[in-house]
Amino acid sequence: MTPAGLWSHAVMDRREFFRTLGGVVVLLTAEPLEAQQGSGASQAAPRDIAAWLHIGEDNVTTVFTGKVEVGQDIRTSLAQAVAEELHAPVSSIRLVMGDTDRVPFDMGTFGSRTTPFMAPQLRRAAAAMRQVLAELAAERWGCSPEAVTIEAGLVKGPAGKTATFSELTKGQRILKEIGESTPLARPEHWKTLGSSVPKANGVALVTGRHEFPSDIRLPGMLYGKVLRPPAFGATLVSADPSQAERIPGVTVVREGNFIGAAAPDEATASQAVAAIRAEWKLTPQPRAAELFDYLKKNPAPMEGFGGASRHVVGDVSQGLAAADHQLRQSYTVAYIAHAPLEPRAAVAHWENGKLTVWTGTQRPFGVRSELARAFGVSETQVRVIVPDTGSGYGGKHAGDAAIEAARLARAAGKPVKVVWTREEEFTWAYFRPAGVIEVTSGVRRDGIVTAWEFHNYNSGPAAIRTPYAIEHQHIEFHPARSPLRQGSYRALAATANHFARETHMDELAALVGMDPLEFRLKNSKDPRLRAVLAAAAEKFGWSRRQKASGTGFGVAAGFEKGGYVATCAEVSVDRTSGAVRVVRVVEAFECGAIVNPDHLRSQVEGCIVMGLGGALFEAIEFEDGRILNPRFSNYRVPRFSDLPQIEVVLLDRKDLPPAGGGETPIVGIAPAVGNAVFGAVGVRLRALPLVPHGLKT
Amino acid sequence: MIELHVNGKTYTTGAPSERPLLGVLRDELGLTGTKYGCGEGVCGACTVLVDGRAVRSCVTPLRAVVGRAITTIEGLAPKDRLHPVQEAFLEAGAMQCGYCTPGMILSAVALLSRHPDPGIAEIVRFMDGNICRCGVYSRIIAAIRSAAAKMRRTV
Repeated sequence: MTPAGLWSHAVMDRREFFRTLGGVVVLLTAEPLEAQQGSGASQAAPRDIAAWLHIGEDNVTTVFTGKVEVGQDIRTSLAQAVAEELHAPVSSIRLVMGDTDRVPFDMGTFGSRTTPFMAPQLRRAAAAMRQVLAELAAERWGCSPEAVTIEAGLVKGPAGKTATFSELTKGQRILKEIGESTPLARPEHWKTLGSSVPKANGVALVTGRHEFPSDIRLPGMLYGKVLRPPAFGATLVSADPSQAERIPGVTVVREGNFIGAAAPDEATASQAVAAIRAEWKLTPQPRAAELFDYLKKNPAPMEGFGGASRHVVGDVSQGLAAADHQLRQSYTVAYIAHAPLEPRAAVAHWENGKLTVWTGTQRPFGVRSELARAFGVSETQVRVIVPDTGSGYGGKHAGDAAIEAARLARAAGKPVKVVWTREEEFTWAYFRPAGVIEVTSGVRRDGIVTAWEFHNYNSGPAAIRTPYAIEHQHIEFHPARSPLRQGSYRALAATANHFARETHMDELAALVGMDPLEFRLKNSKDPRLRAVLAAAAEKFGWSRRQKASGTGFGVAAGFEKGGYVATCAEVSVDRTSGAVRVVRVVEAFECGAIVNPDHLRSQVEGCIVMGLGGALFEAIEFEDGRILNPRFSNYRVPRFSDLPQIEVVLLDRKDLPPAGGGETPIVGIAPAVGNAVFGAVGVRLRALPLVPHGLKT
Repeated sequence: MIELHVNGKTYTTGAPSERPLLGVLRDELGLTGTKYGCGEGVCGACTVLVDGRAVRSCVTPLRAVVGRAITTIEGLAPKDRLHPVQEAFLEAGAMQCGYCTPGMILSAVALLSRHPDPGIAEIVRFMDGNICRCGVYSRIIAAIRSAAAKMRRTV
């Protein structure tokens, strides 16, 4: 079945589902891309912007969305979006999220797409719902719908008449389908959007009542463990499970390279896989010491997003000829791990040929497809449910744990839970790509950058274009074969590209003896970039900064996914011990009209802290296809003691549509800190992490 | 059989005495508010209180807690009420995904029972074994200080 076919199927099912629900339903059914573009069926893909709303007889508005909550607080912001257009209190809005049997198709929760793309669709559906309510009230009261107003969830008509939503929807069976042209409230008039509505399920989190994917328990459930290969690229030659199978209650499953066990408790399952005698065939793996050379010498043919890309304006050689100084430098970034505190987890249950899996993923429908493929069943026979999950950061796109649990559950004939250990999480998930970035540039004595050539090998094309006004540019992304499994990470390669670009800009500023802030402003014409730079510098006190021995100040700026960021950092370097401490960070962020100021501020703060790890010390160490630091005791992540003083400046642009805020604020911290280290001790650091073992000067 | 005193109730388990407390709490007693994070006692997600002190349940064998009072996040406050530290976490918005939150809260409760008025340096020192990967550390510090102030007023 093509995705488009599935889509129609799902919509038909859902219409039936809603008819049985009663009340009023609004469906915003975005056309599949195929219908829009008239392209072939093989290209057909449902768009991820359908929106469904339902008001039942209990005065509660239920929102159905395929987005998932992993800590970015969209359960709150999407409820705000609906409340805004429905003119209802946020507390009356419930979200059903990430349940493939109950929500419209969605590509996944990534790329900062929820706020700019999903929220407007839900708002349109809510606005249409409000209109339906006004019409129902008008009919009841014998007035025109224009004479009806809705405020704070109460419908009001002429002569003081009032009704609740459920009084109007009771006994109704209305299903309204709308298009994407419904007008929305303008940000200047927002009442609920734009305010700091508290976290939707906060009480369940502080009381431990919320059930994360790893907390799901089913009656009769077994616990599963997988025997992992000793190294990447290893294949299973033979396995003797007889000892494991002698343990009471244990089921051992071998299918191809997969071998695992299910048992009544986790300890027994671990004991069982340890008792399997397996022989593996190893294949030589690239060495860590050759990594960056390897990435440059091993191009990968990739198309589409993440594939090769090239942006050329002017003529770089001409730009270089016009320069007073030329600079050529190379920058590198290491593989790093997402290390979500909740590891990958899944509970799988087969019942009458239908598979239900509870798992933590950012792509419930993608994982549904993976499961259907893995077990040769139709997607309608698979249901994926994503309880609000213990974070993702781009790391939970794949369905590995879901497939493992389902494989074991099918063989054992009982539900099976698989929760990865921290070591498995660090080893068998995927990493933020490592990369090499080479920059060649030219600058005039007056500080104008005349030429900009930028080649990124492997780390990715996100935010690869410079926001600076440079006449001659050649910017290119070169995909490579990665020695380690790699994938999405919060802000993708925007971190690597900003690190290289903003470090290089700093080097150019130093080359012409210009203040780094002034240098950036001189080369920038983008008013939004200039605004965040000015706001960060003002709050930081950039122009009044006082240099003391061993302390330094750095600035970096950029834009990505509709958001603009400028970061100022102060570091202190202890020359004796080599310890580098980030003392203070000021970050200005602008992503259009702000949806929830407190939650946006929290995202920016969180990005700064998470970004500090990759900036200063996080790196995956590997050799011979093995991860050498797969634990929190030897893979350092930021802790309380790493926390700098953080000040966030949010710029609210009510004239611009809201963009996402969970990713872009991470991109500025690494270059700002690196540039500050240069300011402190005159050492230019061109590799992330900057100081995994301190700084020796 | 081993007797465990958890949240004011007595449970028995047939698990061997060297087995870590965490799995028994979660899988046998159904107290899933206590989280697995690292299995080596360095992330704090599995923190529970044992006689009021913060303990990493993933590296604490059952035999070490026999006869002692164990408090998990589910037992921190009476039903339908919140402990001042829980309230403070909500007010400060001191969580994103919330997975580290139970361990953070129980660690903070243990800290405040010993130091009713901790300074930032003291909070950082005591809480440094708890990881929040979402990075909301500054809000957690603010929540602990605000809870401390509230608890001192009500004592």
